[in-house]
Amino acid sequence: MTNMAEDLKAEAPFIGSSLAPAPEDRRRTQRSRSPRERKKRTTDVVIYAVLVVLVVALMVPFIWMVSSSLKENNQVLTVPIQWIPSEFVWSNYTDIWTRIPMMGYLQNSLYLAVIITCLQVLTGSLAAYGFSKVRFPGRDVLFLAYIGTIAVPWQAYMVPQYIMMQNLGLTNSFNALILLQAFGAFGVFLMRQYYMTIPDELCEAARIDGLSEYGIWARVILPLSKPALASLALLTFVNTWNDYMGPFIYLTSNRLWTVQLGLRSFVGQFDAEYAMIMTGSVISVIPILIIFLLGQRYFIQGIATSGMKG
Amino acid sequence: MTTETLKRAPAVHSRGNRKQARRNTLIGWTFILPNFVGFLAFTLIPVLAAFALSFMEWTSFTAPRWVGLENFQRMFQSDTFWIALRNTVVYALGHVPLTMALALVLALLLNRKLKGIGFFRVAIFFPYITSLVAVAVVWNMLFSPDSGPINQFLHAVGIAEAPGWTSSSDWAMPAVIITSVWRDMGYYMILYLAGLQAIPTELYEAAEVDGASPWQRFWNVTIPSLRPTTFFVVVMLTVSSFKVFDLIVVMTNGGPGRSTTVLSQLIYQEGIGEGKFGYSSAISLVLFIIVLTVTVLQFKIQQRRER
Repeated sequence: MTNMAEDLKAEAPFIGSSLAPAPEDRRRTQRSRSPRERKKRTTDVVIYAVLVVLVVALMVPFIWMVSSSLKENNQVLTVPIQWIPSEFVWSNYTDIWTRIPMMGYLQNSLYLAVIITCLQVLTGSLAAYGFSKVRFPGRDVLFLAYIGTIAVPWQAYMVPQYIMMQNLGLTNSFNALILLQAFGAFGVFLMRQYYMTIPDELCEAARIDGLSEYGIWARVILPLSKPALASLALLTFVNTWNDYMGPFIYLTSNRLWTVQLGLRSFVGQFDAEYAMIMTGSVISVIPILIIFLLGQRYFIQGIATSGMKG
Repeated sequence: MTTETLKRAPAVHSRGNRKQARRNTLIGWTFILPNFVGFLAFTLIPVLAAFALSFMEWTSFTAPRWVGLENFQRMFQSDTFWIALRNTVVYALGHVPLTMALALVLALLLNRKLKGIGFFRVAIFFPYITSLVAVAVVWNMLFSPDSGPINQFLHAVGIAEAPGWTSSSDWAMPAVIITSVWRDMGYYMILYLAGLQAIPTELYEAAEVDGASPWQRFWNVTIPSLRPTTFFVVVMLTVSSFKVFDLIVVMTNGGPGRSTTVLSQLIYQEGIGEGKFGYSSAISLVLFIIVLTVTVLQFKIQQRRER
């Protein structure tokens, strides 16, 4: 486990190496039309063609999902496939709100995701400061315990967690999920990796200027770590929004269900309502798509930094 | 500790130093505490409890009782356990190499500066953060045996007897693997991209001067330089394969029959479904030991290579 920690730390250099131009391009500065340059052009065209075909192929499930969500049920699984609906059934998108309590599901998901994200970011960045900028005995052993639990599969301790929640009388409530997911070791790890790259001299200078440790955290470190905070917030939000097993284990009453549970139960009950199922799927993905498009840079940086998730 | 700080600040008296150390400890803990309380209660203690529980007999109806290795004996005699273990290994054997190979190919294709390359990267990454239920539901329909798009495509290219996918016990696992590879490869592509961009340009220039063909450059520069990334990807992928859980629950729920039942699912069924806390923890311990062994083994292999 010590080794694992070492290796995870070794991944840290990815910080800041935002996706830079590829090696070949740096060489391509002079604008001569040499034969090599022309050859490069043709390769570019070929690569484009390959990429377009590839991406379209990989996007087929999404294309199919959106197209099916605008069809009648009996037109979803037709031979041959209709990629574009013969008639656009927009009413699917208005009917779904009355067929299932979709709005309630969305609200529940949003509530959980926002609370868990806020708590995770706050406690994670505080703890990361303690682990990276304050020196005290026992600190590194403690951090190792954090890293160690990242290596333990969550499934291996979900039963003790469940027993605990049962005894606390928290099953079938949002509190169980909030308590279980808001204090993840992952957030501490990700933030610490970032704080390690901030030079200690900065804190030292602030200390000499008379700032308390809490002041340094709030006024020096936090402003400097905006990209990492954004990464952690986005990853946590998306993870919570998409989480299926947590709500599946803990939330039994329909009024508490998240989008994921609601959608799954809809599929179980009305498995022939193909079009409406696809409409629900599209609606469940749209918030993630919006968040992703707004913050894609941070997602990619966060992943390259930590190399891991949940 | 004291001498070290003394060297740095010789003017400070040692008693003041000890005071400083105590103050630091206090400050450090106040930062860590908000997270630590939750971490201790809901992660660390459950982890340790899982170990202890696996040697106990405890169900929702009986009080906990120490039984030693009884749970493990029962587990090794249960054919469901062996089926779940076998399925998990099969899943890993499919998922790890396929995801890795595709992620590398995608990263190599996307590691260049072209107009709009960002769009391609984002599009390929997106499945990874798409909600699992939506992914599972869509793929289940794509895999639909009679008139699903995948089998229609297979018919069109001349395969008369297309597989039954999730409705056939032989083909359900491949269907799950295909779905998970599609979902995960964008994530590992990002890791490979970061790895590719860390390779110094000079290496390629030197190889070119030496007259190496692009193919030779790939085998002798790119692949060796990517070794740390590849190693990391393999560890992450293997560990995540053994943990596979939600995709299976949503897509096939272990079926048809027990053909896609995996270890995590068994832990859930026995522990939370049936309330056999002790027995399910024994399965958890096996899962943990497998994950740990795989990780340690891969570290050893990596160390030997580096020597």
